Amino acid sequence: MLSGRDGGGKELGNEMKEYLLETRGISKSFSTVKVLDGIDLKIKRGEVHALLGENGAGKSTLMKILTGVLEPDGGEILYEGKPLHIRHPREIYDYGIGIVYQEFNLLPDLTVAENIFIGREPALPLKGFINDRRLNRDAANLLEQLNCSSISPGRKVATLSVAQQQMVEIGKALSSNCRLLIMDEPTAALTDSEIETLFDTIRRLKASGVAIIYISHRMSDLDAIVDRVTVLRDGKLISERKYDCTLKDLLIQEMVGRELNQKFPPRPDYKRGKKTLEVKGLNVADKLFDIHFQAYEGEILGIAGLMGAGRTELARAIFGAERITSGEIWIDGVRKQITSPNKAIAEGIGYITEDRKKDGLMLEQTLRDNISAASLDQFSRNGWVKDYQVEAAAEEYIRKMRIKTRGSGQLAKTLSGGNQQKVILARWLCRKSRILILDEPTRGIDVNAKYEIYELMYQLVGQGVTVIMISSELPEIIGMSDRVLVMCEGKITGELAAVELEQDKILRYAMANGMKDSGSSPVGRE
Amino acid sequence: MDVKFNKKERNTQILFTLMGLLILCIFFSITTESFLTQRNLLNIATQTSVAVIVAIAETYIIASGCIDLSVGSGVAFSGLIAATAMKAGMPVPLAMLLALMTGMMLGAVNAFVITVLGIVPFIATLGTNSIFRGIVLVIMDGVPMSGLKSEFTWIGSGKLFGWLPWAVIFMAVIAVVMAVLLKKSKFGRYVYAIGSNEQAAFLSGIPVKKIKVMNYIISGALVAFAGMLLAARVSSAAPTAGELYETNAIAASVIGGASLTGGKGSIAGTIVGAFIIGVLSNGLNLIGLNYFWQQVAIGVVIIAAVFLEVVRERLKK
Repeated sequence: MLSGRDGGGKELGNEMKEYLLETRGISKSFSTVKVLDGIDLKIKRGEVHALLGENGAGKSTLMKILTGVLEPDGGEILYEGKPLHIRHPREIYDYGIGIVYQEFNLLPDLTVAENIFIGREPALPLKGFINDRRLNRDAANLLEQLNCSSISPGRKVATLSVAQQQMVEIGKALSSNCRLLIMDEPTAALTDSEIETLFDTIRRLKASGVAIIYISHRMSDLDAIVDRVTVLRDGKLISERKYDCTLKDLLIQEMVGRELNQKFPPRPDYKRGKKTLEVKGLNVADKLFDIHFQAYEGEILGIAGLMGAGRTELARAIFGAERITSGEIWIDGVRKQITSPNKAIAEGIGYITEDRKKDGLMLEQTLRDNISAASLDQFSRNGWVKDYQVEAAAEEYIRKMRIKTRGSGQLAKTLSGGNQQKVILARWLCRKSRILILDEPTRGIDVNAKYEIYELMYQLVGQGVTVIMISSELPEIIGMSDRVLVMCEGKITGELAAVELEQDKILRYAMANGMKDSGSSPVGRE
Repeated sequence: MDVKFNKKERNTQILFTLMGLLILCIFFSITTESFLTQRNLLNIATQTSVAVIVAIAETYIIASGCIDLSVGSGVAFSGLIAATAMKAGMPVPLAMLLALMTGMMLGAVNAFVITVLGIVPFIATLGTNSIFRGIVLVIMDGVPMSGLKSEFTWIGSGKLFGWLPWAVIFMAVIAVVMAVLLKKSKFGRYVYAIGSNEQAAFLSGIPVKKIKVMNYIISGALVAFAGMLLAARVSSAAPTAGELYETNAIAASVIGGASLTGGKGSIAGTIVGAFIIGVLSNGLNLIGLNYFWQQVAIGVVIIAAVFLEVVRERLKK
């Protein structure tokens, strides 16, 4: 795998040779915002080098520059001691650089082998036709090297699990004599056992001399594999050092730029009030079975469980977006027929979805439109919208929630993840929802924004709002909930008060219905 | 905070299209003698009025993230209904009302196929387009109905004060009403919301299906009115009337800034878009370029307009 390495000439000193990749003073601006400022990244041969930073720190931009997707405004890149000029992203393969993006770039209707060698298919003597036999054989060899011979090269990618798809991505990145592999948040979608398999693969690649740039939010990933670590913040390189596990707090501090004593804000003084929501014997065909629970005002009710436990389905059922086969929903002691989100909203329920881009935001619309989307009834008379009211409400929530924006006319797609999440929260606050269901409220947003969202949740319960928080992050469940329901395979398998909250207890309930593959628990990480 | 900057953004886009229209007008004013005359300009306005109204209907549908390929046959359908009713002795206003309601019914059929049967709008209206056109052809047996009453034809060819075509007045009124409805009403906001992200709209409590049904019915009514204007102007209802109007309607919307993925588009932009097409074919006619070449020119303009928009987006990044 190391063929083609040539050290880079005599005039370059030994120090040069040490580094496989070195950037010098890389800078990049988008319009007036400087997103990268004089970055000197140094990657040694055969090391796993973690690149840390909050959302917006510049990690992705730097990787896009390394892979030729973006051009830097200034600075240079040395690869094997020689300047690297990539004019087209496909050329990175010629240099032995591979990248696995967080969001996979696979074509679901093509086979595993076709995906791995896309754009570089082995040709038959007749030009333009693909040598399918060699294609599949090469893919099989590659997958075997990755210890993934269970994935058949002829299978369609759409039929694979997320972890298997990731292996295909890695195979694709490695398929041309790879010496530098960039991995962007590779564990984000994997279960614990799958993460272990991935780490094994990484260790094996490292042993064979491949250098790996490992981008992650997850501090817990680092111990197992990382040799050195670089921290970026606000487009600047903050530190670069050898990694050891005692550095975690320091690294987090460097990422955040302030001392982060606690991940969660101090719990303000609020008391559980009267019962607002009661669910009795709720069933949804094939998804939810005999769900009973109550929620109270002035209480954060956590809902934990593994992926596929039915938590999102429960939220959608209460919100009228899922067809209920039987069961009752009572609000403030009165039975309600909630058959559509429209009716749920009229009862004061708000639902912040798990995937804010897919079913939360209207990305091409303004903040104003997004914030007012659920409240237009209140801002209009005889079907005509009173724009000044919409404007006033939008301004109010932008200010109250400290949404960073140029104004209420900015398009939602141009905001950062944390601010987008605040916009969706604002939509329901604007609607004066009394029962708020938050589905993975802090997924994919940075530490600072998380903290702000937690503060907002506390403010809301303080005002007597019923907060129901679905989360896959156990520390979040434990840190924020006053009471926790644990779900497993469409049933509620446990209820825990704040004092009894412990990771392993929650996990035990979450895996109550006979574990098939032990240890695969997306909730159990960290 | 710069609250208005996004509005500016949208306005500059319309300005660009408007500038394109102006350049075309200047070009034809210089190259031909007859372009810049009151008679010719009013002629363009009259001829374009039908296309403008159909394009407005299409813009509503496109803004909601759907499409309507059946507007052309809708035009023929309403002409047929109005003509038949009047031939049968029905009073003109009543006949027109009947045609209008038929148009709304066609819209409801489209909405039914889309929201109830769950067929994607492109295929649904591709199918209904063929069905509607087929029905018209069957009823008329392929033969146009001409000799319509003058109580009817004035809407298409009559003139106020002897010079201002009624068709242009109708177009202007419809344009203003529909522009205000799209920008200022709850219905309009919902149309944009659904077009931007249907799931998000649904989960925000917006009655997605109801809005879609209303949208197709409203645009069905507009198309029906356009159909009557056309029949009135040429004083006959032809079974092939309105053929390929959907292409020009979509083109006008897109030139005017609408996006086929939904959530974008404005009535002002669409009107400018429709007039770019109208002026182009009129001017090329005056220059003496034949109809076939006009097709080529219009195609080039569509692609150029959208390409400019793509370039602008890229420059912003």
